[in-house]
Amino acid sequence: MNAIIVSTLLGVIMMFCSWGIKSQKTQHTIALVGLFVLILSNLAQLNGWYVIDFDTKGMLAFTRYGLYINTLFFLITFIYIWLNGEEIAKFDNQAADFYALFFFILCGASILTSFDNLLMLFIGIEILSIPLYILTGADKKNLFSNEAALKYFLMGSFSTGILLLGITFIYGATGSFHLVEPILRPSDGLPQEQMILSAGLLLVFAAMNFKVSAAPFHFWTPDVYDGAPTVFTSFMATIVKAAGFIAFITIFNSQAKALGYTWILVLSFVIISTLLVGNIVAVFQRSVKRMLAYSSIAQAGFMLFALYGKSSFAQEGIILYSVVYSLATIGIFGVLIKMKENSFEAFNGLAKTKPLLAFVTTIFLFSLAGIPLTGGFFAKYYMLNSLYAAGAGLWLIIIAILFAAVSVFYYFKLVQAMYFTSGEPSMHEVPKKYTYTLLLIAILLLILGAFPSVVFNYLYF
Amino acid sequence: MLISFLLIPILTAIVLLFIKKDTLASQTAIAASLATLALAVFATFNQVDTFDIAWLPNLNSRFTLEVDGLAKILILLTAISLPAILIASAKNEYKQKNIFLSLLLFTQAGLMGVFLAADALLFYFFWELALIPVYFLCSIWGGEKRIAITFKFFIYTFLGSLFMLIGILFLNAHTAEHSFSIQAFIHANLTGGQKITAFALFFIAFAIKMPIFPLHTWQPDAYEQSPTPVTMVLSAVMVKMGLYGILRWLLPLFPVAFAAHTNVVVFLSVVGILYASFIAIRQDDIKRLIAYSSIAHIGLMNAAIFTGKGIAIQGALIQLFSHGINVLGLWIIADILEQQTGTRSMQQMGGLAKKQPTLAILLVGFALANIAMPLTNAFVGEFLMFNGLFILNPWIAAFAGISIVLAAIYTLNMVQKVAYGEISEKINAMPAPNKAAQAVLIILLIIVFVTGVYPQPLFTLTADTLQQLLAK
Repeated sequence: MNAIIVSTLLGVIMMFCSWGIKSQKTQHTIALVGLFVLILSNLAQLNGWYVIDFDTKGMLAFTRYGLYINTLFFLITFIYIWLNGEEIAKFDNQAADFYALFFFILCGASILTSFDNLLMLFIGIEILSIPLYILTGADKKNLFSNEAALKYFLMGSFSTGILLLGITFIYGATGSFHLVEPILRPSDGLPQEQMILSAGLLLVFAAMNFKVSAAPFHFWTPDVYDGAPTVFTSFMATIVKAAGFIAFITIFNSQAKALGYTWILVLSFVIISTLLVGNIVAVFQRSVKRMLAYSSIAQAGFMLFALYGKSSFAQEGIILYSVVYSLATIGIFGVLIKMKENSFEAFNGLAKTKPLLAFVTTIFLFSLAGIPLTGGFFAKYYMLNSLYAAGAGLWLIIIAILFAAVSVFYYFKLVQAMYFTSGEPSMHEVPKKYTYTLLLIAILLLILGAFPSVVFNYLYF
Repeated sequence: MLISFLLIPILTAIVLLFIKKDTLASQTAIAASLATLALAVFATFNQVDTFDIAWLPNLNSRFTLEVDGLAKILILLTAISLPAILIASAKNEYKQKNIFLSLLLFTQAGLMGVFLAADALLFYFFWELALIPVYFLCSIWGGEKRIAITFKFFIYTFLGSLFMLIGILFLNAHTAEHSFSIQAFIHANLTGGQKITAFALFFIAFAIKMPIFPLHTWQPDAYEQSPTPVTMVLSAVMVKMGLYGILRWLLPLFPVAFAAHTNVVVFLSVVGILYASFIAIRQDDIKRLIAYSSIAHIGLMNAAIFTGKGIAIQGALIQLFSHGINVLGLWIIADILEQQTGTRSMQQMGGLAKKQPTLAILLVGFALANIAMPLTNAFVGEFLMFNGLFILNPWIAAFAGISIVLAAIYTLNMVQKVAYGEISEKINAMPAPNKAAQAVLIILLIIVFVTGVYPQPLFTLTADTLQQLLAK
């Protein structure tokens, strides 16, 4: 509750900041301070202190799990804004507007971690999405950015429509918006109602797949990620996606039973096609940014494992995966921002000219590929374990690891460009502070690679 | 105590990153590797305590390091290899040599970890970590086609180890307390079919690493394209990871599934031995020749282990060590030749005996060991292994036996081309002998003959492992 209220207030404050405060630096600082306040207020609620407390009539349910995830999201956003302050300021002299949008997105994310009612899900998703449409089109003079924003807006609205239709069906079948244990068991009720309920759930499933860019609902992802300004792609691919996943899991952990066996079938299909599309297409990309877009689809395939069944591995794993994936992605996009072009060739010889930057990039890539000693390994391990614990066959796990091996192809292409190909990387000026922030992210990933449990230990006490 | 096998190389490797002077870097690396060797010798002949601390409480995985005879013999081999490699190649010029050496030491740490780990997840961790520095070593300092070849090597082994990861995950789910310890794995509650599945998952990883025919295609290319010091690490120690994995994990964990696959695996190994031997005969490149010869030897060891006969396993245990020493010697000679003549083609060599008699004598010594002549260390191991193969099936032993003849053909052919005949242009242009490298070779040759004449210490060392394995 605190997070939702405080983030909204901060968003409004940030919006008005652009009137009085002209200095980009000050706006950046205010945003960081705001985030700090947001983190504090959320931690306060974790310890039972509320800013305002009222009965939500079961619309929202604040669990330790959800609140804890909020904290992590805010922390990652903090790192993100800390890193990208200068870059955000480049687009407009009113960076405060963008910060305001970030706070609104965080508000949407906090609703998605705590909704207990399908209406709140809808509101959360909308609050999360609308600022994103604006951010995608932030580069006003760039045609690609405009195109991406329009595409994203149209497709996004369409998928929201599908979501609403699904919610309506569910309401029609059960007479309730609430997410209690299976709304309707296959044996209960009339067959007709059962069918409407299943149809509703599948529609919701499709819409959620769209939001987390899982195949076959991924078509917007490469264009939007590619067209949007890199700095906002970075945010879109991380926090927003992770929040979408948390919502996805919350719905289907309780509702999947209503679908019976169909659920496993549909989910396996989505998992395999997501892994297939993401990994295979990524191999053939010539632009690093597009490669990362497809890789983010592929990573979504792994995150979908957490939906397969309820287990402590899935619960802990999705947290670990979100954090590790977000950090690595923010890092790699952070490096990409400083490149003059997005091709693989731009990275040629980076190890010679900027060894530290090449090193951190390698850590990010290793983490995305799931190489041991980086957080990515345990993230993938937890996901595979959750799949097995949920009773999936070994064949699905084997398919998953085959694609994990494929992913090494395109991630290592960058490593090869940096270390083994000679050339002059075409880069913008990289300030020292920027490199050190990236190094900090890399160190965090290494720590998670040795002691992954630091992320979710606080869940339990 | 055991943790220092990891700490010494890792800490030195980190220090090396900041030493820009080549000679100083080289000396530091050699000093560290000698310290590790001293430690290894001490550990070999003494009782060593298990190192055990909590690591991942949520997953119930512990950081456990443990030694028995099998581990000791491989630790010793790793510890001997590194200083030998570093001293022999101390004069070689590499760009950014400190980083080169640093990565070599990281590899050593990874290898030590593989041989020491008594926890499956930890084992997997080191298994991968040993590979990463090698990937960079080969891709940066290797030959012309290095990038593609090394990548093939990397993908191959990475894919294999991912299968092992599934195996670990699978077994872990079936242990009583979801533990990763080797004891828990042995007592995992699996049905017969599940055991076969798990066996296959582990076996793929080990088979690729060794490699067993037909999964060997990465190896000759990788050996040829790697800088020779790395090739030495690869073929003297790293291939042993596969055999070690079989002896440490596969055999104790799935004795029944293991026995059920004896025929298939032994057959494949024998095919691989003959195949590699025939190809070795046709090679002109000295590095490729040694590479194929090494595939043949590893294949024999694998076949011997899979017979499940005590005598053959005993032979393989000894051969793990002996093969490492022999192949190390051959590689060092190949490296000297390449560095000093600038070619690897044996056509262009000849007359080494007249130009550098000491080196020629050493070459003959290691060549004899390579064909397992009596009095050399390889004879002991190979004799026992063929013995076991013969008990399993005389025909198989006969076919595998052809490889002895073939080994004699290609090895002696090499000696003849390199050492005898007219002095060729390239050999004539060789600078003064590399004293340090020759000293290393002499020490290695002494080990060859001492363990060949008196192998009892090796038997004693591996007795405990053998007993445990046979108890299954």
